[in-house]
Amino acid sequence: MNILMESDVMATLARYFELDFVKRAFVVGILIAFCASLLGVTLVLKRFSYIGDGLSHVAFAAMCVAMISSLSNNMLLILPVTIVAAILMLKTGQNAKINGDAAIAMISVGSLAVGYLLINKFPPSTNVATDVCTTLFGSTSILTLSDSDVLICVIMSVVVVIFYIFYYNKVFAVTFDENFARATGIKASVYNTSLAVIIAIIIVLAMNLVGSLLVSALVIFPALSAMRVFKNFKSVVICSALLSVICATTGMLISILNDTPVGSTIVIVDMCAFLLFSIAGFVTGRGRA
Amino acid sequence: MSLLKCENVSMGYEGKVVVEGLDFQVNSGDYLCIVGENGSGKSTLMKGLLGLRVPMSGKIETGDGLKHTEIGYLPQQTVVQKDFPASVREIVMSGFLNNMGIRPFYNKEEKKKAQEIMSKLSIDNLAKRCYRDLSGGQQQRVLLARALCATKKMLLLDEPVAGLDPVVTSEMYDLIESLNKEGITIIMISHDIHAALKYATKILYVSDKPVFYDSKEAYLESEKGKLFAYGEGGAK
Repeated sequence: MNILMESDVMATLARYFELDFVKRAFVVGILIAFCASLLGVTLVLKRFSYIGDGLSHVAFAAMCVAMISSLSNNMLLILPVTIVAAILMLKTGQNAKINGDAAIAMISVGSLAVGYLLINKFPPSTNVATDVCTTLFGSTSILTLSDSDVLICVIMSVVVVIFYIFYYNKVFAVTFDENFARATGIKASVYNTSLAVIIAIIIVLAMNLVGSLLVSALVIFPALSAMRVFKNFKSVVICSALLSVICATTGMLISILNDTPVGSTIVIVDMCAFLLFSIAGFVTGRGRA
Repeated sequence: MSLLKCENVSMGYEGKVVVEGLDFQVNSGDYLCIVGENGSGKSTLMKGLLGLRVPMSGKIETGDGLKHTEIGYLPQQTVVQKDFPASVREIVMSGFLNNMGIRPFYNKEEKKKAQEIMSKLSIDNLAKRCYRDLSGGQQQRVLLARALCATKKMLLLDEPVAGLDPVVTSEMYDLIESLNKEGITIIMISHDIHAALKYATKILYVSDKPVFYDSKEAYLESEKGKLFAYGEGGAK
């Protein structure tokens, strides 16, 4: 009986994997999950967990504008806008006048409101509700990727990974103690700005996968899970990247088999992993709040 | 030429002067203690010396071949560090980064040097431990080791004993003194005037206007110094 069910599942999966759009979705999904989790460790530790959320709302507004003005390629507008927003957010984080978290919350809800208002007032298609829902929760866009989407994603991921490996130690120093890094002559602002740009790129790419409301889950959950169990930076980064890829793959498989929305399935798998890691951390006495 | 020279410097933020009329120089081998009450501008001055903040007027110069990447710094702990998953070795090694240019990874020599410095501060047995699980005194030693990786010449210490118990505090002071005897110039911020008088060779007292700057002996002769040294009966 069990064997029968298993082979049934395998057969279904095999059938799906013959389809090109499923293959594309998996390639893109795994790459995005990998990159998002790499950056996630830095963001969580720098107390910028919310930046992913804020940026994704900015990207949502930009996407609404792009849809209204029916650009040939939405990315041309969304990417620059999000990058600028990312740089601004990281900069205001250091400014004492408006708290970093307040600034992010402000930009975040502001752009959500603007985006929704615009798309309602100037509907690009007859079905506004579906458009908005797709953008917010990424319900189907992952399955409608073209070859060029996949190519962009691969290139971006390679860039992110090269940057991360090459500047790994400096990213660590700037994350752990920015003042020390700056005082001893490391150009912290250069690294902060590069991080901001990369984060923006990842957020925009990840919107395809899980939609703009769920993006920050991809960024923060794997990092937080890894931090429950591991106690040095290198292990946390490696564990978080692996975990993220495993969760994304599992999530996508479940979603294909059970016909659930891709984005929320991945996020729920991430949540389960976090729970497991928390328990593991608690049992081994290694986890701390 | 001195290692560090301040000429008529005033520091402040958001257009408000916090500390002004700073005229002093730090020579190689000095042990300068910057003393003053909370809010007297000690940390702002330190940021100026480190080049993190531009003075509102006057100028701060490094000399004697001291480059900005050769200053070691022991900052006060930040909130971020309290639960940061990093091993002692990872933190200590990050002190080398300023002199690595674009080279992305540490070389053998640096690994060896880090090991030596950790042994010297007796934290080599903690190398693989997680920073957040250490005691306050151990954490300060780790940050001091990192600062030593960044410099051979000058250390700037911002309240290095804040929050440490008396035994660990005096261990820390002894350690700093021994580094000074090995030829490393020390600039330390403290509100502990007694320790300053015990260990430092020069005192910069920023709470008064005008700011006091001279040797420890001269400070003891000054009105304020007498009050501190004898009036409160603390230091010898």
